[in-house]
Amino acid sequence: MEQLINDFSPGLFFMQLFIFLVLLLLLSKFAWKPILNSLKAREGSIADALQSAENAKEEMAKLQADNQKLLQEARQERDKLLKEATDIANKIKEEAKSDAAKQADRMISDAKNAIEVEKNAALKEVTTKVAELSLEIAEKLIRKNLSDDKAQKALAEDFMKDLKLN
Amino acid sequence: MINPTIMRNTLLFALLISLINVNSLFAVAGGSEEGGQINTKEEINEYIQHHLQDSHDFTFWTNGKTGSHIGFHLPVILWSDGLHVFSSGKFDYGHEVAESNGKYFTLYHGKVYETNADGEINLDEEGHATNAKPLDISITKNVVGMLLTSLLMFLGFISLAKGYNKRSIPKGIGRILEPLVIYVRDEIARPNIGSKYEKFIPYLLTVFFYIWILNLLGLTPLGFNVTGNIAVTVGLALITFFVTQFSGNKDYWKHIFWMPGVPIPMKIILMPIEVLGMFTKPFALLIRLFANITAGHVVVMSLIALIITMRSQFGIVASSSISFGLAFFITLIELLVAFLQAYIFTMLSALFIGMAVEEHH
Repeated sequence: MEQLINDFSPGLFFMQLFIFLVLLLLLSKFAWKPILNSLKAREGSIADALQSAENAKEEMAKLQADNQKLLQEARQERDKLLKEATDIANKIKEEAKSDAAKQADRMISDAKNAIEVEKNAALKEVTTKVAELSLEIAEKLIRKNLSDDKAQKALAEDFMKDLKLN
Repeated sequence: MINPTIMRNTLLFALLISLINVNSLFAVAGGSEEGGQINTKEEINEYIQHHLQDSHDFTFWTNGKTGSHIGFHLPVILWSDGLHVFSSGKFDYGHEVAESNGKYFTLYHGKVYETNADGEINLDEEGHATNAKPLDISITKNVVGMLLTSLLMFLGFISLAKGYNKRSIPKGIGRILEPLVIYVRDEIARPNIGSKYEKFIPYLLTVFFYIWILNLLGLTPLGFNVTGNIAVTVGLALITFFVTQFSGNKDYWKHIFWMPGVPIPMKIILMPIEVLGMFTKPFALLIRLFANITAGHVVVMSLIALIITMRSQFGIVASSSISFGLAFFITLIELLVAFLQAYIFTMLSALFIGMAVEEHH
């Protein structure tokens, strides 16, 4: 210990302090500050780059998911449209069918009516004709039969019989 | 975890360092048995002690035979009733008395003392010089080491900082420095301090690289022993101490002077303990760094010195081989210790600061 104290050189101590402090000052200003700032900036830019890569990846995944979703929606839309179209077509078909049936029914019924009317008219005409013809026949018959007295008498008797029966 | 390339490079580096280190001492030791060479155990001890201390000259190699030194002189700056500036060549490695502005100085065991014109040193009973010591703010070998480290750090990190203007990923030396900066920030500062780490990170980064590079310089044959110098570690620990105390919040001071959640007698007992703790923490820091680095230097140099101490028993080849093998192994460990001590100092500083700024709920 005594040797140590004896060896201790105050001059060297001051020189060492002076040199070290000047070195510290100079290096802090001209070396450490720019070096540490550059390192920090570089680390920052690396972190940023990594972050942005991560972000891009996320964005990509999101886009892909969006695409998937859009595709899904488009599919659904298509299916819906197709279904609707089919429904409408079916409806139209059904309607057309029922319309046609109705039309047919109406036509049939119209035809039936017409037929009925015609028939009635025809019947009427036939009846009239028949009546006229009967009258004519009867007239002719009467004219012929009444040409002799006997026949007139017989007829008259017939009529009488009928009247009696009634 | 350990990359084979890194491992191979580390091994090569350690090999190179131990080779040069062994060579340099071998050169010192070699030659004939006479003159001022280092041969005996006492001389080796002396040599190691000398190496551990700061020096006013930058010596690469000393020729023991002729006593000449290869290296260069460093400027001496003293404050003693005025400024004295002269080259350490004036001391001639402690052989001469240097005169400056009417005052006389001499080197005694690597330290500058004021003397009379004859260079007389008065010793007390324990062998310490009692002469007046001027404030020695010379550019010593350790100061050169610190300046070199500062320059290396400044160049390296300015180039890293500038590199970011051109591209976001650094090139060249920045490739090595950037992960270390991130390591200090993410593994030392953030987990220990928490959300307020940004204010303290310049200090932690500076102290980490400063200690690490100085530790590594100490392993080279240049022979720096900066972080193994008590004045240097005291300076560093003191900065951590002041940073901790000045960033301490209300909770921190409350935990020291009036520990919440314990009975009042305990509060009174805990107060001096906690106050002592304020000082023991940085004290442990300074002793740990100093002791580890000094011990590393002593061990490496002692193992290298085996060449000399074991030469008589084993012969020059065997002693050199043993010495080299052991020194190589320890140098590998010292490379780890160099990093580890820088890490521990920074980590504990961050931990102490973190304790001071922590919010209690």
